[in-house]
Order: sequence, then C-alpha cells, then structure tokens
Amino acid sequence: MGNKKGAWSKIGPPAVLLTVLLAGWQTAAWLELFDQWLIPSPVSIVDEAIRIWPRLMEHTEATVQLTLIGFVGGSAVGFVLAALLHLIPGVRTAVYPLLVLSQNIPVIAIAPILTMLLGYGLLPKALLVTMVCFFPITVAMLDGLMNTDAQLRNYLQMIGIRRLKLFWKLELPHAVVHLFSGLKIAASYSVLSAVVAEWLGTNKGLGAFMLISSKGFMPDRVFAAVFIIVALSLTQFGLVTLAERLIIRWRPKKEVR
Amino acid sequence: MERERKGFPSALEVQRIRKSFGKGAASKEVLAGLSFSVADGEFVTIIGPSGSGKTTLFQVIGGLEPPSEGEVWLGGKATTGERGHISYMPQQASLLPWETVAGNIALSLVISGLDRKEAKAKTKVWLERIGLQEYANAYPHVLSGGMQQRVSFLRALLAPQPLMLLDEPFGALDALTRLQMQQWLMSIWEENRRSVLLVTHSIEEALFLSDRIVVLSASPAVVLEEFIVPFERPRDEAIWYDPRFNELKQRIYRLLQESAEGSG
Ligand SMILES: Nc1ncnc2c1ncn2[C@@H]1O[C@H](COP(=O)(O)OP(=O)(O)O)[C@@H](O)[C@H]1O
Ligand SMILES: [Mg+2]
Repeated sequence: MGNKKGAWSKIGPPAVLLTVLLAGWQTAAWLELFDQWLIPSPVSIVDEAIRIWPRLMEHTEATVQLTLIGFVGGSAVGFVLAALLHLIPGVRTAVYPLLVLSQNIPVIAIAPILTMLLGYGLLPKALLVTMVCFFPITVAMLDGLMNTDAQLRNYLQMIGIRRLKLFWKLELPHAVVHLFSGLKIAASYSVLSAVVAEWLGTNKGLGAFMLISSKGFMPDRVFAAVFIIVALSLTQFGLVTLAERLIIRWRPKKEVR
Repeated sequence: MERERKGFPSALEVQRIRKSFGKGAASKEVLAGLSFSVADGEFVTIIGPSGSGKTTLFQVIGGLEPPSEGEVWLGGKATTGERGHISYMPQQASLLPWETVAGNIALSLVISGLDRKEAKAKTKVWLERIGLQEYANAYPHVLSGGMQQRVSFLRALLAPQPLMLLDEPFGALDALTRLQMQQWLMSIWEENRRSVLLVTHSIEEALFLSDRIVVLSASPAVVLEEFIVPFERPRDEAIWYDPRFNELKQRIYRLLQESAEGSG
C-alpha cells in the first residue's frame, strides 16, 4: 500500500510535466508557430507512426537486439575487468588511467575502423555498444570493491579467510550496490550507442531508419523513432532498477530508519 | 589455584613480543616485550588503558600483523604470522549485512574449517539453544545490539579452533545489557569450556569472568602484573559482595593508576 503511494509520488510529477510539455508543443503547432516540415506536431508524429507501424517495429526489433547484445557484453566485460583489476596486485594502477583515457576517444573515430576490420555485420556494432557500456560498470564496481568495511575485512582476515573467498563473500556483495549504479548508466547509454552504431552503413534498426527518414525530409518519422528510442531507454533503465530490487533484498528499508 | 600446565601444551604462549609501527624517527613502539600464556580451558583477561596496544596484540596473535620480535605459539606449535588458528569475536559485531543470521554463523564456521553441512547443523542447534531460532533467516540489521553480540559470540564459540580471542566484546553495549551479556556468556562458557583470551577495560568484568587477569601498562605495553581470580565456578552475582572481589578490584585499579601517572 505504502509502496504504491511511493511509486506515484515518484512517477506523478514528471508524468504531469511531460503531458504539459506535449500539450504545449501541440498547441504551438496548431497556432503555426513553426513550420510543420521542420518540427512536426505530436499528433502527426503518432499518425505517421501508426501508418508505418509494422516497419517501425521491425527496426525497433533490430535495435533492441543490438542494444541487448551490447549491454550484456558490456556488463560482462565491465564486471570481469573490474574483478581482474582488483584481484591482480599492481594491475589497477597501471591500467586504470589508460581506461579513463580510452573514454576520451570519440565513437566516431573508432566506428570506421571497426567496420573496416569487421565488415557491416552485427559484430562491429555490438562491439561499439559494448565499448560504451563497460566503462561505467568497471568504474562503479571497482569503487565498490575497494571501499569495503574495514572492520568486516579485519574480522574475516582474523579468522583466516582466503583471498578469493574474501572477494566472493565480502568485496563482491558489497560492490553489487555500486555495480547497479553502473548498470543503470550503461543501460541508458546502450540504447543511444546502438542507434549511433546503426548510422554506420546498415539499413536495419532505428538509427538507420532515422538517417534514411531525415535524408528523405520526413521529420515525423524521425521523431517517431526518437519517441521509441526514449521509450526503450526508459524500459531498459526500469528493468535494471527492478533487477536491483529483486537482488538486493538485505538492505534495511529506508522508511524504517 | 594455578592450573597444572606441565606436559600439556598451552593453548597460547606469547613470548617476548615486540611491535613497533613506522620507521626511523617516526617509529613508535606499541608492544615492548610481552610474555604470557593461556592454559587449556583457561579464561584469561587482559586489562590495559585504551590505546595501550590490546587490539594490536590480537592482530599479532591472529597473524595479521607480524611482530617486530618474539614468537606466538598456539597449541604447542609456532604460528607467528600465520592466520586461521584462532576464533575471534571483535568489538563490533561485524556481521555481513547481506547474509542472514544463520548464514553469517555458518559462513564463519566454514571459513574456520568445518564442512558446510556440519556448519549448518551446528548453527541451527545453537541458535535454538540460545533462543534466537526465530531470527535465523533474518538479516542482522533487524537485531538489537545485544542480540548481534550473542550471534557474534556464538560464531566464535562454535569454531573448531581451541583458542577464542574476544576483543572488548561488550564495549559498545549499555551498562544493563552489558551485565546481562556477561552472565549469559559466563553460563555458556562454564558449560562449554574453551580457552579464552578476553580484552576489556572493565575491572569488574574481568573479575567476574576470568581465571586469571594480565594487567598491561600504557604505551609501550608491558605486563605489569598477573592476578589469579580465586572465585569458585559456577559463579553468580554473589561474588560482587565477596570482600576479595573488592580487594582485587582496588589492587588492579591502583596498579593501572600508578602506571598512568608514571607514563603521563
Ligand atoms: N596500523 C597501525 N599503524 C600505526 N599505528 C598503529 C597501528 N595500529 C595501531 N597503532 C597504534 O598503536 C597503539 C595501540 O593501539 P590499539 O592496539 O588499537 O590499542 P587498544 O586496543 O589497547 O586501545 C595506538 O597508539 C595506535 O595509534
Ligand atoms: Mg582496541
């Protein structure tokens, strides 16, 4: 009961604000404050979306597939990398700065290289999404692994815990909370980076669809794709949040404190 | 009253332990040549001013800190710098928040060398025995401070290692809970004799619980004197009114006082 109320107090205000913005946009279109061929009205976007719904869904499916592969791949790489950097002495200090550096290379610079090496298939695109997703996960998880409670660590070491067991029983469970903040960021990034990956010479996916529609002066289709991308992003984020709730059950409820 | 120890290896033998932190001019000696022992099944308490190096001593015995000099012998074997030979109850309950109460106890027992099945079975039986069975599957944050310390003590008691190290186990509890916990611990220990080395700064607690008291001086720590506690077991509150109780309390108090003046 209290939970429902809590959920509404969270979703309510942004939902109301969003409705108001959409209504304002529609009104502005009716009053012809801007040209329809430049910025279409919400109603015309929905109209167009319904008209081409099957095609739109095909592209959505391709994007969802790419997003999921990239996200899962990125999570796996991010997780394993964080664990290795943490567990192998000395490696973290050497590799971590390079990781940060790697994040400053724009995707636009890497993408052509990937396509040249690996062709136009799924692989180079999935790699691109993976490369974007792993970083926030590695950073968040490393943070969690390094900042475990000193008293718990001391206790476990006093009774003779082995290094690997310390990782599984203390460091990893503690890092899971941090891991989820990384996963949430990666979840949001993954959809957008999948769309960007689809700009690289392909005719499948919402990214490609947007590019084609934009070149064909069909802004209502571009916006329809944008709406779906936003919806995908939110869904992805929501799923990660749900998984977090299901997995982290031991935390004391905030209301109790 | 002194237990006969000849022929039996002591549970713990600490020999001329020195420990300094830091190097060169910044070096600070914390333990300055400590020697004492705990016999099999004996309850020994260490009293010393706070900051005198009691926790450091435990870290040395537990193998977490290598001593600068000296040796640690556990059960007749030299174990200096080795871990996993003792069972331990820290000042803070130190229960993993993501494991249930039963899970916490079982995990510690597995780390201490029991197999999983045995650990679980023992945990179940003992949680019932101390009346916490309804919390077996609860997470630690639901428990009161006193209950957490019971779980923490149980964890140490059930581990197979012969020597238990208890580091100010009741220091964080209020006075009333502390008294209850002392009596509770006493009753369990008297039925299940283990070798115990307890650290406290409460003279009453030491007199109530232990067979022998080792008094440490403040920085750097040396053994000032050892006292044998003469009260028969099983003990109860009656010993608080025993004139020997007050006499011993006064002597230890004066000893600590003089040591503090000497170093200050
Ligand atoms: N790792 C360490 N490095 C430097 N100094 C330490 C370290 N651990 C403890 N000390 C010092 O040793 C002294 C004794 O500490 P401790 O053993 O915790 O005392 P007690 O448990 O008797 O209160 C303190 O002065 C403390 O500052
Ligand atoms: Mg201490």
